[in-house]
Amino acid sequence: MSDFIDIGSINDIPLRGARVVRTHRGDIAVFRTATSEVFALDEYLPGKAGPLSNGIQHDNKVTDPMFNWVFDLATGEAQGADEGTVGTYPVKCQDGRILIAASAVNASVAAE
Amino acid sequence: MTQKLIIIGAGMASGRVIEHLRDAATDAFDITLFNAEPRGNYNRIMLSPVLSGDKTYQEIVIHDAEWYENNDVTCRFGEKVATVDTAAKTVTAENGDVLSYDKLLFGTGSNPFIIPLPGHDLDGVIAYRDLEDTQQMMTLGEGHKAVVIGGGLLGLEAAAGMAARGVDVTVIHIMGHLMERQLDEAAGYLLRKALVDKGITVKCSANSKEILGENGKVRALLLDDGTELPCDLLVMAVGIRPNTALAQASGLAVGRGIHVDDQLLTSNQDILAVGECVEHNGALFGLVAPLYDQAKIVAKTLLGEEAAFVPKEVSTKLKVTGCDLFSAGDFAEGETREDIVFRDPARGVYKRLVIEANTLVGAVMYGDTADGSWFYGLIKDATDISDMRDTLIFGPAYQGGSTMDPLAAVAALPDDAEICGCNGISKGQIVAAINAGAHTLDAVKATSKAASSCGSCAGLVADLLGVTLGDDFKMPEKEVICKCSDLSHDDVRKLIVAKEIKSIPQAMQELDWKTSCGCHICRPALNYYMVCAWPGTYEDDGKSRFINERVHANIQKDGTYSVVPRMLGGITTPDELRAIADAADKYNVPTVKVTGGQRIDLLGIKKEDLPSIWYDLGKAGMMSGQAYAKGLRTVKTCVGSDHCRFGTQDSTGLGIKIEEAMWGAWSPHKFKLAVSGCPRNCAEATCKDLGIICVDSGYQILVGGAAGLDLRETELLVQVATEEDAIEVACAFYQLYREGAQYLHRPYKWIAKVGLDWIKEQIVDDLENRKAQAAKFHYSQKFYQIDPWAERAKQGKDAHEFAPMADFTKVAAE
Repeated sequence: MSDFIDIGSINDIPLRGARVVRTHRGDIAVFRTATSEVFALDEYLPGKAGPLSNGIQHDNKVTDPMFNWVFDLATGEAQGADEGTVGTYPVKCQDGRILIAASAVNASVAAE
Repeated sequence: MTQKLIIIGAGMASGRVIEHLRDAATDAFDITLFNAEPRGNYNRIMLSPVLSGDKTYQEIVIHDAEWYENNDVTCRFGEKVATVDTAAKTVTAENGDVLSYDKLLFGTGSNPFIIPLPGHDLDGVIAYRDLEDTQQMMTLGEGHKAVVIGGGLLGLEAAAGMAARGVDVTVIHIMGHLMERQLDEAAGYLLRKALVDKGITVKCSANSKEILGENGKVRALLLDDGTELPCDLLVMAVGIRPNTALAQASGLAVGRGIHVDDQLLTSNQDILAVGECVEHNGALFGLVAPLYDQAKIVAKTLLGEEAAFVPKEVSTKLKVTGCDLFSAGDFAEGETREDIVFRDPARGVYKRLVIEANTLVGAVMYGDTADGSWFYGLIKDATDISDMRDTLIFGPAYQGGSTMDPLAAVAALPDDAEICGCNGISKGQIVAAINAGAHTLDAVKATSKAASSCGSCAGLVADLLGVTLGDDFKMPEKEVICKCSDLSHDDVRKLIVAKEIKSIPQAMQELDWKTSCGCHICRPALNYYMVCAWPGTYEDDGKSRFINERVHANIQKDGTYSVVPRMLGGITTPDELRAIADAADKYNVPTVKVTGGQRIDLLGIKKEDLPSIWYDLGKAGMMSGQAYAKGLRTVKTCVGSDHCRFGTQDSTGLGIKIEEAMWGAWSPHKFKLAVSGCPRNCAEATCKDLGIICVDSGYQILVGGAAGLDLRETELLVQVATEEDAIEVACAFYQLYREGAQYLHRPYKWIAKVGLDWIKEQIVDDLENRKAQAAKFHYSQKFYQIDPWAERAKQGKDAHEFAPMADFTKVAAE
């Protein structure tokens, strides 16, 4: 089976926007930056921050809407004095489609 | 022994291969060169100067007939190769000739990508790839219109070339700014400005929908927002695809391009490939430098020498006269990367360096690209820059001494730019006062009157003292907007107006921002300042707003939202209450709460349910209460003279009229009002941003109250006789606050800064100004009194905000 799954067109997310992908393990926020790079991060840092897809993007960072934590989109690490990391997932854009790692969204890949 | 070499494609890469072969050993190969275009090798990169008329075709020819003859190359130009038989080692030409080879080289280049829009096959729809395309563009002149789809390197060169011929050109770009692969937003803004100055229309974030034709010829481009752009010629410059058809048909391994190894050998050991048609380690190539590197390796491989192709960083220069632009390397943000940004608003210069582990990895420059090749060298050689890091951005000529100038934005202002709005004093007048001997802030205030009223321009006046007097003036400490800027909120507001700044990238460039695209503190502030300054002409940037204002609901700690419909003056009806109750049932609302602002809050709503609950509430005639907004919230009232035995005036009716006039307005912070029908003050008007207490003789207007982190009692602004006057004063006060206060300051903080007396001078004593302020407010309201719920529930605005992109929880588990 393919390692990546098509989750939609790059145009489904506006520039500097973000949308959620629902999975059995929780929501993943998929970001599109001002230069059209894509990143996928956990929507929440449990008990601390989120929902990140609702934050304001600047450079390749997002500011959490609840407590203003700033996360790096590439590494998922909190910036500045805050400590914590949200999970990140392989995601890429090919021919206008956004592809996310199958392992990120599948509850189980044992079947095939 | 001489071997037979057949080359398919006479481009710049294969041309370079022939040069290397002939330089090394003239008789090693017997060369036959096929080319689909009816000509030999010319410098494709220079088609843009041909288009603009700066060069002729003859000047860009690399190999002419004489050269091919001298170098003993058999040319078959205007002929395609039909098939390749790799087993028999032969190629068949279009005319049926069969030629055998010992070695075969693919140099088939690339094809322009044509978006399959309806109408893409109409006459007058072209790409920008070869001399024919160029010639077709050159037939246009004054009075003609052209549309270019694609705001990348090639598209912009096509646009500029045609514009130089007097053609009316519009560029359509799907992304938010031009050349997004090479430039960041700020450089993109400067480039756009330069192109607009050349008379080119630039539309970013624009989606093409259909190409419209007439009698088989292109007539216009239709965008998906319904805009129709008439054109005589439509140029698509949206990218290229390696031309792999023949290689694939010949059985070679092909991915996005023809697969080659480090020796440029394809999956067949007698066949090589070079140029834009190849894919090497997953990478494609479009710029000339790596293609020439490949050509060198191809020649060595053919001659049996050892060599390996190693891709290098590449740099890009835009060949448009008057747009000085350079980009090289990789400038994506990253955890381990740091930015150095330099801006000079006066000269329109922007430079950005990206540093990783003490080496330079990327550089973008606009306006002054003189140091481009020096930076490119540092990137290519991975030079350790730790010793020159502090001064790196000034380039190789840096001699020590000068530092970045935080006063640059002020120095760049024209003399007639207004600095002090209260007294109408321009930069020129202030500088004249300073030159006449006013060397302190107080002296400038006394002699020029600037900064002597509300004082919000004092920061800019101090900057002007600094610019004019240099080191003789000691700059006062100022509170800057955030770490991204050296300017205060007041400075930024005034400069936005003085320089007519109408977009966030423009603000960051013109105001000398220190970061490449700001942060969560300055973006919302900049957005508000422009919303306030330019009603109707500024395009609100939702992505720079806090989530509540973006989705028009209040986010709660569990990620659900609360919804508060507007109830003008706190008055509701049984029908509205029924609609609210029905919605609460339908959407399983866990909590229904009566708010302090006399309305009803539905809490615990899922984000994806917001548009449908608004739709239901909207059907019952309700609109957003904007309980989330840095803007007009509620007008709380008591029942007044209608029912109350103490009521002196119709406080409910007045509250409704004020809320009708004011709803939808944005302001630096939330704005709450109340109207009480008598001094018993049941509506608690004395702790509101603006409160009205009705008395027998009229209406007392009170301002500057708060009941939040700080508890403030209002102060009396004025007492007026009629409802009309009360509404006018309320609107004038709100407008003065909207234009004057810094973002996230409630009115009481602003009043503490400018003084209640100053406000009284403006809108109590000066009746003309009161009317003018109220008129400005009503004008602005024409653009902002739009129910955001209706736009989203009925017209589908921002639909992406509400629905998940994909849902894998609904996929049945196998």
